[in-house]
Amino acid sequence: MVEAPLISIRKLIKVYRFGEVEVPALQGVDLDIYRGEFVAIMGPSGSGKSTLMNLIGCMDVPTSGEYELDGINVRRLSKNELARIRNKKIGFVFQAFNLLARATVLENVELPLIYADGISGRERRARALRALELVGLADRVHFYPTQLSGGQQQRVAIARAIVNDPVLILADEPTGNLDTRTSAEIMGVFQQLNERGITIVLVTHEPDIAQFAMRIVEMRDGQIHRIRPVENRRRAEVGSWNGVPGTRSRIPAEGPPDRLRTVGPALP
Amino acid sequence: MRYVSILWVAYRALGQNKLRSFLTVLGIIIGVAAVIAMLAVGQGARDAVQAQIASLGTNVLIIFPGAANQGGVRMEAGTAQRLTEDDARAIRRYCPAVQYVTPVVRTGAQVVAGTQNWRTVVYGAYPEYFIIRDWSLERGRLFTETDLRGATKVCLIGRTIATQLFGDADPVGQTIRIRNIPFKVLGVLAPKGQNAFGQDQDDIIVAPFSTVQKRLMGVTHANTILVSARSVSEIREAEAQITQLLRDRHRLMPNEENDFTIRTQVDIARAADATSRTMAMLLASIAGISLLVGGIGVMNIMLVSVTERTREIGIRMAVGAREVDIMAQFLIEAVVLSVSGGLIGIVLGIFASRTLTRLQGWPVSLPPEAIALAFLFAVAVGVFFGWYPARKAARLNPIEALRYE
Repeated sequence: MVEAPLISIRKLIKVYRFGEVEVPALQGVDLDIYRGEFVAIMGPSGSGKSTLMNLIGCMDVPTSGEYELDGINVRRLSKNELARIRNKKIGFVFQAFNLLARATVLENVELPLIYADGISGRERRARALRALELVGLADRVHFYPTQLSGGQQQRVAIARAIVNDPVLILADEPTGNLDTRTSAEIMGVFQQLNERGITIVLVTHEPDIAQFAMRIVEMRDGQIHRIRPVENRRRAEVGSWNGVPGTRSRIPAEGPPDRLRTVGPALP
Repeated sequence: MRYVSILWVAYRALGQNKLRSFLTVLGIIIGVAAVIAMLAVGQGARDAVQAQIASLGTNVLIIFPGAANQGGVRMEAGTAQRLTEDDARAIRRYCPAVQYVTPVVRTGAQVVAGTQNWRTVVYGAYPEYFIIRDWSLERGRLFTETDLRGATKVCLIGRTIATQLFGDADPVGQTIRIRNIPFKVLGVLAPKGQNAFGQDQDDIIVAPFSTVQKRLMGVTHANTILVSARSVSEIREAEAQITQLLRDRHRLMPNEENDFTIRTQVDIARAADATSRTMAMLLASIAGISLLVGGIGVMNIMLVSVTERTREIGIRMAVGAREVDIMAQFLIEAVVLSVSGGLIGIVLGIFASRTLTRLQGWPVSLPPEAIALAFLFAVAVGVFFGWYPARKAARLNPIEALRYE
């Protein structure tokens, strides 16, 4: 018996409408992603990769076509049901980290659990701590995001993504704000999570980063141009980021601070 | 429980902008405090009016003659000359619910004492007048039945007259000239102050009924008849008895209207109460407007807050917050603002009304319902003005919210 894909996309079309003008962003995409896969979506800007990402992430609904996630047909879901799917099944990692600047590391990681019913404060805390241990930041729980380096912030974001045991992690240019070395570390985290059985879909325009994945989906003009397996897959050196104290407190050398973006009120 | 967390989130968000939150709350504080203080002042004024009216005697009835009718042309009320001293005597004799009765005549007159003169109103009445009006003497003595029978030229003067004509000197035993007729001053009435309508009740001279009626005015009728019922509960009964009696005495046919009007203190109290109620409403609505302005301040700040935290909203939505969660977060924030403002405002309002009493001597009284009302109003303002910004936040598109700079 053939295993059903985790993500099954058929003839997916997304058209944005700006007044009278219609901009087709996706023009009929077919894609299957299986459990345990690590897929990189590549393509120039405007190719529709971000749109595809938003649809897979249940942040938006397609104009037409079918999308099934873990056996659920997403097209027929209400806004509240979409929010529930985002909460239970998907973990997001963004280029800009998107942490709450005014909340501690621990509170940031607990955030998805606040919106999941029936989880006590104690359990939230325990699960958040476990997720932070997994990304090697157990000793930073009471720090604020701005006190952390870019790489550390992204690891907090990853901990937040996995805290609710999702079936899928969606990473949108997760290394875009990081230097080469830190990027490799972060990709190592993803690979480790992938080895634990979490499916990962990564959007990137950097070929180097895509090399960490198993498959590469190349997009062009709102369509899938080609899908190819990765040859000579890059492996991050496990241990350089996890469990070695020296690497965790290395705050500078990860890019200038102005590239670190967190969420908070803009200065006037 | 998620709503405990959301409450915590709201509290934290407000704490992060302490000055801004305080200034926003200040609008509500001032609004609620103003509402409380104005309600207190309004209620205090009403209570004062009620107390003054009670001091006139609540069981008093006044009988006015109807309008004169001269060849079909009706004059103003009270111009008819159909009430007489005999009417008053008949009331005393035949109306069991009535305790005291006096006919009253009234005329304006120039009074002179020594080099001073003064324009005032001279009343003619029975000695019962002072019992009915619950009016005591400051000094001297009342006139008697004998004075009444003999129409002697004696009088009692109010505090204002005493001051105007005699200054600090003792007027008792002195002679004053009313319309050039010399009257002996028997006593000075205790000061009563202004009545509910601001008239000086002490600017008055009271003399025996017969003296004023015959010697000063030269008429045979009475202007009004003043009556006191045996008790407050017997006012309506007294009114009915008097009406029946006077209709009989004036030989009115059943289809004819009364040629007199009976007014009770209850009616007068009602009119005065309506006046002070209007004033209280006016004060409270002006204060309410300032609360409304405070509410607009809350809305303004909540809108700024929603815009500022667009990305935060996007993040929360991405990790699974539903519209209702975002809505609740911002609504709770607005309500926390207005409730804390409400509570502080109540304390401040009570303090302000106490201070008004102490510094200005204004009578204030603060019923607990007024406090509850002001508080509920503050909460309602929070919900009402928080609703739109909260809904705006909840309706954000998560993708655009995340992209917001």
